[in-house]
Amino acid sequence: MTIDEVRQIILNILEDIAPDEDISSIDDNTKLREQIDLDSMDFLDIVMELRKRFNIEVPEKDYEHLATLAGCITYLQPLLKDRLAAS
Amino acid sequence: MAYDAVIIGSGLSGLAAGIRLAMFDKKVCIVEKHTVLGGLNSFYVRKNRTFDVGLHAMTNFTPKGVRNSPLGKLLKQLRFSHDDFRLCQQHMSEIRFPEHSLRFTNDFEFFRQEVADQFPQEIDRFNKLVEKILSFDELNLNDEKTLTSRPILESFIKNPVLIDMLNCPLMYYGNAREGDMDFYQFVIMFKSVFVEGFAKPVGGMPYILQLFEEKFKQLGGELRMGSGVTSINAENKTVESVTLENGEQLIAENIISSMGYVETLNHCAPTLKETEECETGQVSFMESLCVVDREPRDLGYDKSIVFFSTQPRFDYKVPDEMINVTSGVLCCSNNFDYPEPMKEGLIRLTNLANFAQWDTLPRKDYIAAKKHWRDRALESVFTFFPDFRDNVVFLDSFTPKTIKKYTGHLNGAVYGSPHKIKNGKTPVNNLFICGTDQGFLGIIGATLSGISMANLHVLRK
Repeated sequence: MTIDEVRQIILNILEDIAPDEDISSIDDNTKLREQIDLDSMDFLDIVMELRKRFNIEVPEKDYEHLATLAGCITYLQPLLKDRLAAS
Repeated sequence: MAYDAVIIGSGLSGLAAGIRLAMFDKKVCIVEKHTVLGGLNSFYVRKNRTFDVGLHAMTNFTPKGVRNSPLGKLLKQLRFSHDDFRLCQQHMSEIRFPEHSLRFTNDFEFFRQEVADQFPQEIDRFNKLVEKILSFDELNLNDEKTLTSRPILESFIKNPVLIDMLNCPLMYYGNAREGDMDFYQFVIMFKSVFVEGFAKPVGGMPYILQLFEEKFKQLGGELRMGSGVTSINAENKTVESVTLENGEQLIAENIISSMGYVETLNHCAPTLKETEECETGQVSFMESLCVVDREPRDLGYDKSIVFFSTQPRFDYKVPDEMINVTSGVLCCSNNFDYPEPMKEGLIRLTNLANFAQWDTLPRKDYIAAKKHWRDRALESVFTFFPDFRDNVVFLDSFTPKTIKKYTGHLNGAVYGSPHKIKNGKTPVNNLFICGTDQGFLGIIGATLSGISMANLHVLRK
């Protein structure tokens, strides 16, 4: 997967767990929590969706890497780079 | 065939836990001993009429778009839209005491003004109390030492009648403890009743329960009705299976039980020594449902819900008599903002009741006692409010004994044990509780309880 594809899958997950938020205006380097009202319950959902969709385990100590969209991409791209974007 | 989780009880907490687990592809089965969903918030049918039980109104109403409220969190976690719940807001409710009346709506500033008008000398102190309440973290799941609320309330408010009036709705809608209330529970209830507010779903409990059931099944969850659990098999403090009434065993990695804490431990085999040390709940109610031949407002009942005390002081405790007729809750289901008027007028009356006295009555006296105490309760209401006896077309009542029979909660204790297990843990490693005894109450609370226990003990593992 390319960086753009990884970015898109994260946006897809955010759209599913926060359907009323405007995902298109998200800034990559600002904390997600500050932009779209995510709380700790929602971060669990991001992690759970990654496990469900890509079989990726994010240990709790790594949750901090998911604070921004850019952080998510940096953290997840190595784990997803050999996957195909299709699904 | 092993389950990731077996959930005991198909009330809102069990269903919500089930939805969360099924959403993330856990193999999950909900077992329910009754043939109807809902547990403490359910419904029944008499003479072609469907009555909600438990639900007077949903507390915690916040409008669409508010996402950090309990309702907003619940909708996100279960992936419902606000519209799915079809919530209709209350018109206006009231706390009525002999000398004072405080009305409230879903706009907190209205209530603040009422307090200022009725208790002008208290308003500054009331505002300080509200500040404390709003800044209090009541959702902390760690069991800390609990504070009781009356000493805290008395440190702010001087007039004991105002304290009683604030307590009255909050205790009726969610206090498992006689006399006083844990402060964190007071805060939860204050926010859910006064700051947020009341609404009812179109279609009542049957609709909400069906919504949950459909979502659970769509996600692949399994639901077994009429399947009571006879034992939770926990050798060496680890559950391996549960045995059902038909003798079948379900093997499970985790058990989440909404039966109640003591009730759950009572089902463990071998017997747990911890069972003896548990505090059981005592608070239960009698409720009478009065179908009337016109809109309640045409009979002088224009409020959505009225919490009343005919005595100057309000005491929340198990009565010495069968029920306490001097105080209660009146709910007029019609007085909510429904798109279509309800087919019939319905006035519900709830009074504190004594489980032991109802439970020990012989069957033949039980029916007569229900009628006798219902009449007494209504007579007491009519010293304060207009008489509607000539307009009644159907009457039915249920008692603490009925609640025990259908929900299995000891003593018919609708709010469970006064001692809440906020982290849901039991002496058995993979056995957790959710629902009433975990500590979040009401429809929204129960649902959040199921969600948070499923998240904490199964999904985060």
